[in-house]
Amino acid sequence: MSETDIEPAATVDARGAACPGPLMDLIGKIRDVESGDVVCLLSDAEQSLTDVPEWAEEAGNELLTVEEPDDHYAFYVVKS
Amino acid sequence: MSDHIVILGGGTGGTVLANNLAERLGSEIDSSDVRVTLINDDPEHVYKPVWLYVPFGTREPEDGRRPLADLVDDRVELKIDRVTAIDPDAQQLHSTGEVGPIQYDKLVVATGSTLAPDEIPGLAEAGHDYYSESGALELQDELLSFTEGHLVLSVIGSPHMCPAAPLEFVFMADDWLRERGLREDVEITYTYPIQRVHGNPHIAEWARPIMDDRDINVETFFNPEEIDDGTIHTMEGSELSYDLLVAIPPHRGLDLLTEAGLGDSGWVDVDKHTLEAEHAANVYALGDAAATGVPKAGSVAHYQAGVVSQRLASEVRGRPATARYDGKTLCFVETGMDSASYVEFDYEHPPSPAPPSEKLHWSKLAYNESYWLTARGLL
Ligand SMILES: Cc1cc2nc3c(=O)[nH]c(=O)nc-3n(C[C@H](O)[C@H](O)[C@H](O)COP(=O)(O)OP(=O)(O)OC[C@H]3O[C@@H](n4cnc5c(N)ncnc54)[C@H](O)[C@@H]3O)c2cc1C
Repeated sequence: MSETDIEPAATVDARGAACPGPLMDLIGKIRDVESGDVVCLLSDAEQSLTDVPEWAEEAGNELLTVEEPDDHYAFYVVKS
Repeated sequence: MSDHIVILGGGTGGTVLANNLAERLGSEIDSSDVRVTLINDDPEHVYKPVWLYVPFGTREPEDGRRPLADLVDDRVELKIDRVTAIDPDAQQLHSTGEVGPIQYDKLVVATGSTLAPDEIPGLAEAGHDYYSESGALELQDELLSFTEGHLVLSVIGSPHMCPAAPLEFVFMADDWLRERGLREDVEITYTYPIQRVHGNPHIAEWARPIMDDRDINVETFFNPEEIDDGTIHTMEGSELSYDLLVAIPPHRGLDLLTEAGLGDSGWVDVDKHTLEAEHAANVYALGDAAATGVPKAGSVAHYQAGVVSQRLASEVRGRPATARYDGKTLCFVETGMDSASYVEFDYEHPPSPAPPSEKLHWSKLAYNESYWLTARGLL
């Protein structure tokens, strides 16, 4: 269940992604969407908690929020 | 009425599956209770890993091609035809070669990846690649005449085929240029989308010191957005000039899979253990076409074919299908022209790269050679 009412343009489900990993999947999806669109990344990798904010900042894409439903994280990133 | 199993795509996954089914369901096929059809748009089967060696002149593109008819069991009906649409509700395929639709009871999508360099302005004109036969041949010409300047290997596509191949290319280029006495005059830079040199942290941790040791420059958080006039511009706002650009272009699955409602960007959404399509009944996907989160690799397609074969055999016999894919991936990683490492991992166990050795390099070459037995279902 989503705790926010953000409507993502696309959702990437990278839960259980063994390799190359959730951030690579997120970047691939960000390329596909338009500027201003929100992409939601679902990940169960702890590493995403540092990877995703670090990249979002580097690339100038805003990380709106991180939710923690059940056993995974949901990152909402706006394409700049 | 016989059950009709249709396999779409006669690459690594589709061919291994067709032969595995012919063996497993041999008696049902002989008694006409089951039909297995393999549809491929090319009479030749292509083994892509050979392309890594073509730019360095150690393998020829022909080494990666064999007539599909020579590889596929006689009990499989082989159709050389291009499928243009899938109707999952009617369980039908449309193709360029058939007048009417092709009806299926079970469909396995194994259509692989396609390259989409046009998605990055300037890339198709400026970049070279070894992810296609023509690209690998052109790159061979470029490399042979490249005696000084800046060689940049940029990983742009994500996901892309064989996550190890970009590392392999720079390790091999470094060694190849050293052997030819040119390394002093050629600067090599490797770029990667995230903050490590590989998506998998264990492989990244292993590869980074080797790159540092061998003076291979690294640019991370590097996502090219546009290429013009010898310069790469990234989403992160950085720029990099090059003299020879070798790129791993964006990858896509087939549009017809998205049009059929099976998933985004031409990849089929599947259950990562059963490989059943999430948005259609009686459809499986395997190999590159399946969005499982594991690498797009031939070894993956091979293991997944074994799982799908067992599940299909159970289903046509009216039994519960129990076989599951555990994420198993196997990969040899070249670390030069005559040394390689090896990794194996699955959904639960991370990779731990083996120390590079000449023995592992020869194992990789032997594995590639024995591929023709793998495709036949003999290994
Ligand atoms: C340079 C390079 C090096 C690599 N090295 C390795 C390696 O060392 N180890 C490894 O495990 N993997 C490696 N790979 C990856 C590996 O080649 C692929 O992951 C593998 O081929 C995927 O198998 P597949 O069956 O999913 O797709 P493919 O083998 O690509 O087969 C897809 C088939 O579908 C057919 N097709 C597509 N569309 C249609 C249509 N509409 N109608 C009919 N037929 C259609 C195609 O013609 C093709 O025959 C490498 C790839 C590259 C590019």
